[in-house]
Amino acid sequence: MRHLLSTADLSRTEAVRVLDVAEQMAATQQREIKKLPTLRGRTVVNLFFEDSTRTRISFETAAKRLSADVITFSAKGSSVSKGESLKDTALTLQAMGADAVVIRHGSSGAPLRLARSGWTSGAVLNAGDGTHEHPTQALLDAFTLRRHLVGGGPAGSDATGSDLAGKHVVVVGDVLHSRVARSNVHLLHVLGARTTLVAPPTLLPIGVETWPCAVSYDLDAALAGDVQGPVDAVMALRVQLERMDAAYFPSAREYSRRYGLDARRLALLPPHASLLHPGPMNRGLEITAEAADGARSRIVEQVTNGVAVRMAALYLLLSGEDA
Amino acid sequence: MTTTTLVRGARPLGAEPRDLLLRDGLVAEVAPAGTLTAPDGARTVEAEGLVALPGLVDLHTHLREPGREDAETVDSGTRAAALGGFTAVHAMANTAPVADTAGVVEQVWRLGREAGWCDVRPVGAVTVGLEGQRLAELGAMADSAAGVRVFSDDGKCVFDAVLMRRALEYVKAFDGVVAQHAQEPRLTEGAQMNEGAVSGVLGLRGWPAVAEEAVIARDVLLAGHVGSRLHVCHLSTAGSVEIVRWAKARGVDVTAEVTPHHLLLTDELVRGYDPVYKVNPPLRTDDDVRALRAGVADGTIDVVATDHAPHPVEDKDCEWSAAAMGMTGLETALSVVVQALVEPGHLDWAGVARVMSQTPARIGRVGSQGGSLEVGEAANLVLVDPAARWTVDPAAMATKGRNSPFAGRELPARVVATFWEGHPTVLDGALATARPAEAGSTWTR
Repeated sequence: MRHLLSTADLSRTEAVRVLDVAEQMAATQQREIKKLPTLRGRTVVNLFFEDSTRTRISFETAAKRLSADVITFSAKGSSVSKGESLKDTALTLQAMGADAVVIRHGSSGAPLRLARSGWTSGAVLNAGDGTHEHPTQALLDAFTLRRHLVGGGPAGSDATGSDLAGKHVVVVGDVLHSRVARSNVHLLHVLGARTTLVAPPTLLPIGVETWPCAVSYDLDAALAGDVQGPVDAVMALRVQLERMDAAYFPSAREYSRRYGLDARRLALLPPHASLLHPGPMNRGLEITAEAADGARSRIVEQVTNGVAVRMAALYLLLSGEDA
Repeated sequence: MTTTTLVRGARPLGAEPRDLLLRDGLVAEVAPAGTLTAPDGARTVEAEGLVALPGLVDLHTHLREPGREDAETVDSGTRAAALGGFTAVHAMANTAPVADTAGVVEQVWRLGREAGWCDVRPVGAVTVGLEGQRLAELGAMADSAAGVRVFSDDGKCVFDAVLMRRALEYVKAFDGVVAQHAQEPRLTEGAQMNEGAVSGVLGLRGWPAVAEEAVIARDVLLAGHVGSRLHVCHLSTAGSVEIVRWAKARGVDVTAEVTPHHLLLTDELVRGYDPVYKVNPPLRTDDDVRALRAGVADGTIDVVATDHAPHPVEDKDCEWSAAAMGMTGLETALSVVVQALVEPGHLDWAGVARVMSQTPARIGRVGSQGGSLEVGEAANLVLVDPAARWTVDPAAMATKGRNSPFAGRELPARVVATFWEGHPTVLDGALATARPAEAGSTWTR
């Protein structure tokens, strides 16, 4: 891997390799001394043009556990807020010798632009761009699902080498504005899983019928297995309340009633099915507290797994190894 | 300085070879090839194998002056126009200040005369400041030295139906036309590209075809109701072609234009997020491209206009959403038309003359232009080498804009010479000399 920009660029072999390396990384995180010398002397720049405390901390932790030098560059209070362009910021970081740039940007395609522009020679890792993609989120989701659905538990290293063939994942929420949904649709497809997207029609993009997944407006039917068969996992997407003002849905209450995950809906699932959410959650809107904190929930585990998956991504990008 | 030129052996509008004698700004004689001899002191241009067309007339050019001289000036833009074979361009009104008064349109007109590369016909804004609130002084601009006949808020849509109706009615008094930039504003808030399968995957906010078509449908009905002529800028969708076809069949006095880039490029190019492909209206789909070509072929679309929109490098050398919309086009327009329309058999050379010179001159009421290269007409003509092929290099262009979506492409046909009222602005494919400002003939208003 030269860059990690989109899960659509990953082959099955590459995707499984990332998950397998993440398992190795996760194993090292059980030790008393968690730090590995792997990336000593390498510089990783976290370039965050959008606020995202969780993702930034996850990447920082991952890079530090690999002994890389980490520079975090947040848009707020930096030269970016004074009007410096992406190009000049990238050239500056290049001049300082960045080996990898982890970029979060509000503009879809900014990481691809950075990777192709020649503004930096380092590896570019997309940490979320606009409403386009968030590949490490999809990888950590797949990692979590593989452990539970194939490996049989939270530690599941016996899933090494496997994909998600035959599994069925329902993704419910604001697909239109979700980079998490786009990355998941590509990745789940390449890993052999079936995906059903569920959303009100206003929150689905034009052209979604060309995506490698099924689409439904009816959450109860999807969870009950009436759309693409029995469900192995359901993933709720964050819904921003501002969407209500643009008439995507009439009210928060109506959204919750039709598309929120609660105990009644989770009871429609088979016993083994998992619940995921990329965070941060709007409790009471897309998910109830009861659901989020229940036995099926893998939400806290997702955060832990995020560090291992990001360690794997940084390692594969910077070690020069072909995934 | 000679004012007499003998063009030997050119094929007028693609027909049999002729010698053309250009004298005192007029086409003085036309005779079978090899039969005319050059008068003493006349320049001779060997044009065997070249096609002669009436000088091209662009209904839609952004020259950026006054206000954005870093992007383009009247001088640099009209140099580009001459190199592209144009002898007249209509300079859009979205400058700073906006061309919404007699003062600004006269300034642009005078800058054009001083530059001396082609006729610059300022377009007047329909509403004050392009803000869509109240009519600009359209009559004052029409009566000014610039003699404005085309009015447009291009870049913005005249969306208020009452204001649009009044503008359509009002300009009848001086034989003007409103050129509408059809874009429903609410449906296109924050729009970044064509709304379709590609925008969904790329996560870029969509600009739906219906936002263009709905406004065109309203406007053709309005124009029919008040009996005015309407011009629709840059059609980009198959649905727009259908609506204009329907309106023409009903007898509405509507004309429509398409840009060269919408005839050749599609939204698939956006997949790399390179802002050189960011333009308004956006690049559409293959089906739209096919419908637009068919629309030109059957006469539904009347003209090809460039929507030449130069931008400084920094406005394109950035991430997609931060980039400006627009593409340069003056120096590639004819070649793109040859590739998109002539080579596939949609148009012959007479058709090219019609859509790039005669009809735009008629819509813009540019009396001296858009002829047929007949004796007694003003000597506005362009010589084209139809067999040439060239590779587009934005750095080698006369426009200040480097934002050509055709960069690196090999295109057919090349402009060899351009004559503006007998004065050669381009010879041997390169800029010759500007016409001195005082040399204007009786044809220049």
